[in-house]
Amino acid sequence: MDLSFEWIIKIIETNWPMFLRGAGVTLLIALIGTIFGALIGLLAGIIRTIPIPERGAKRGFLKFINIILSIYIEFFRGTPMIVQAMVIFYGSAAAFGWQMNPIIAGVVIVAINTGAYMAEIVRGGIISVDAGQYEAAQAIGMNHVQTMTHVVMPQVIRNILPATGNQFIINIKDTAVLSVISVTELFFQTKTVAGNNFRYFEAFFIVCIIYFILTYAVTLILRYFERKLDGPDNYTVVGSHAQMDAGEHKGIGQ
Amino acid sequence: METVIDIQRLSKSFGNHEVLKDIHFSVNKGEVVCIIGSSGSGKSTLLRCVNLLEKPSGGKIIYNGENILDDKHDIHAYRRRLGMVFQQFNLFNNHNVLGNCVVGQMKVLKRSREEAEKVALKYLKVVGMDRFVNAKPRQLSGGQKQRVAIARALSMEPDVLLFDEPTSALDPEMVGEVLKVMKELAETGLTMLIVTHEMEFAKEVSDRVVFMDKGVIAEEGSPDQIFNHPTGERTREFLKRTLREI
Ligand SMILES: Nc1ncnc2c1ncn2[C@@H]1O[C@H](COP(=O)(O)OP(=O)(O)OP(=O)(O)O)[C@@H](O)[C@H]1O
Ligand SMILES: [Mg+2]
Repeated sequence: MDLSFEWIIKIIETNWPMFLRGAGVTLLIALIGTIFGALIGLLAGIIRTIPIPERGAKRGFLKFINIILSIYIEFFRGTPMIVQAMVIFYGSAAAFGWQMNPIIAGVVIVAINTGAYMAEIVRGGIISVDAGQYEAAQAIGMNHVQTMTHVVMPQVIRNILPATGNQFIINIKDTAVLSVISVTELFFQTKTVAGNNFRYFEAFFIVCIIYFILTYAVTLILRYFERKLDGPDNYTVVGSHAQMDAGEHKGIGQ
Repeated sequence: METVIDIQRLSKSFGNHEVLKDIHFSVNKGEVVCIIGSSGSGKSTLLRCVNLLEKPSGGKIIYNGENILDDKHDIHAYRRRLGMVFQQFNLFNNHNVLGNCVVGQMKVLKRSREEAEKVALKYLKVVGMDRFVNAKPRQLSGGQKQRVAIARALSMEPDVLLFDEPTSALDPEMVGEVLKVMKELAETGLTMLIVTHEMEFAKEVSDRVVFMDKGVIAEEGSPDQIFNHPTGERTREFLKRTLREI
């Protein structure tokens, strides 16, 4: 019974519910954390691109908010998530006497981190939609909100989608650090399994494969969605000569 | 003659750089007015002031008997009565050809999708792009993009259509197709205000030509008067320079 391969089979047979539960918790925290993080990033990015008026009370207020946002972004990008997890989890207990649910604490930490990264990506995404399209929308009589919702933001969301997917994959892997605050995610479960039968290599080999399956599946799903969003590469010409022309008008770009 | 837009004593400065000085002029219903002049003379700025993409520093813009520069005036309501075609097309990249012509009608004019699509198709047919409704802007040539941009503006059924050098960003072989559409529109009696460097075109389609120089209207008159019997020294010089280039 010393062959690793047999141990791997045995560990899977006896512990699969724990791996499954761990994978579930990991995916849940990564997914919800990424979604909230993207929303935080979207909001922060939008605020940071509002043109600052030349004078008035709004100017001071906007400047103040921008400083707060800069501090948030720089601070969370500049410290390790594992340390933030400890500070938030034990800090909230010491300061306010809160005993945070570890999973909720995990989601909060992932979301705040993702938000700090996404804020800059969103800002870049907004700037990359050229001013001409904004003006064209204004010229047909759209107001600021209409222009943002029907012209600018759909393009921003399309532009930031790859980065968001990337962040989701990073989050699936990085939730492993949450084991320090006893979140029962995949890494934490694996440590328990390994500790039970002292088969560290085999247990972590299995979890390695599980992590890869999770991230690779997410990659494939995201790629599919991106292609769907972009629509077909070539368009159909409607009307009389459709069949003849369709071939000539292959999409360029891409 | 019914005046659509009447501009009085209009001025515009960027910081202390005075770009437009004491501009007086009006556009009448059904008229095609071309604005010519050398680079930097303020043609684009004037056009952008007319639809308030730039805020004029002084003067009045009278539309329907009201000064739309009054603080109480609704800018968006005024803008939807004016169409604008840009040098860089500025199509909405998140919409296909039909969507570009439909979104403004639905959101601004509150038309139903069905009605908006009907109107859009009508004008896409006018510019010869009705068979490309499904195409995305990135899949079109420059000339095709500009024709869609014209259809988008027409779909809002504006009182006046403004053009800012609509063919300047096009490859030479595509200039013709856009000018042809514009000529056809001029013949239908659409009111148009066109900034252009295409002198032959201006000569042919305009009812009136405005020559701008250093932020003022230096000369104004019929195409025959401006191109064949210019009175101003600066007009003569400009025409000599540009016509030699061609
Ligand atoms: N946003 C701006 N800020 C500062 N100066 C500007 C701005 N827009 C235009 N100008 C200046 O105003 C002057 C007139 O510019 P405008 O674009 O109206 O000229 P134009 O006649 O359209 O020239 P062209 O034929 O090259 O398009 C130029 O000196 C230009 O530098
Ligand atoms: Mg110009």
